[in-house]
Amino acid sequence: MKNRLKVLRAERDWTQADLANALDVSRQTVNALETGKYDPSLPLAFKIARLFSMQIEDIFEDEEA
Amino acid sequence: METQNVQSTEWSKKMHDSTVRLAIWTFAWVITVAIPAFGPTLFWGENTLINSMVILLNVGVGIVMIVANIRHIKLQDELMQKIQLEAMGISLGVAIVGGIAYSMLDATNLIPFDAEIGLLVAIISITYLISLFINLRRYK
Repeated sequence: MKNRLKVLRAERDWTQADLANALDVSRQTVNALETGKYDPSLPLAFKIARLFSMQIEDIFEDEEA
Repeated sequence: METQNVQSTEWSKKMHDSTVRLAIWTFAWVITVAIPAFGPTLFWGENTLINSMVILLNVGVGIVMIVANIRHIKLQDELMQKIQLEAMGISLGVAIVGGIAYSMLDATNLIPFDAEIGLLVAIISITYLISLFINLRRYK
């Protein structure tokens, strides 16, 4: 699954550590999400969406759709 | 970001405290393993009461260590929990398959020594560490 996390984070001038802190996850998890190596659970995806004040589908893109 | 940083600091602090707590209980458990292992030889001999007490202490501290480990894992984020779950699953598989094979090797006298639990524990631990390392690299 593709996502715009890295772009959204860069737009806000946040480091991976800042984003990890805001989401209560480790920096490694943020890195794995950004590189597409790990797809988040639905609760984490909602948390990310809330953080950026966006809809989930505006951040994550289903490549199979 | 101010509010979020406050939340995150709490989570990071909780993770740190949980890691320290787990390390302390693991260290305590290792010490309580050493007491019944070396105590009878070095200090009190075959005193049934003392040996029973130190083994009971070992089990008690072991239970607390297990609880500390469960709490530590529950506190981790979802990716870390997934990594832990995979590493533990592989370790459990190795423990069952390896343990039974090792026992059968002993029962059929294919090995010239008695099957010792220590070797199995070492294999499980090494398997867990290798699995954890590989998984951490995979998601890096």
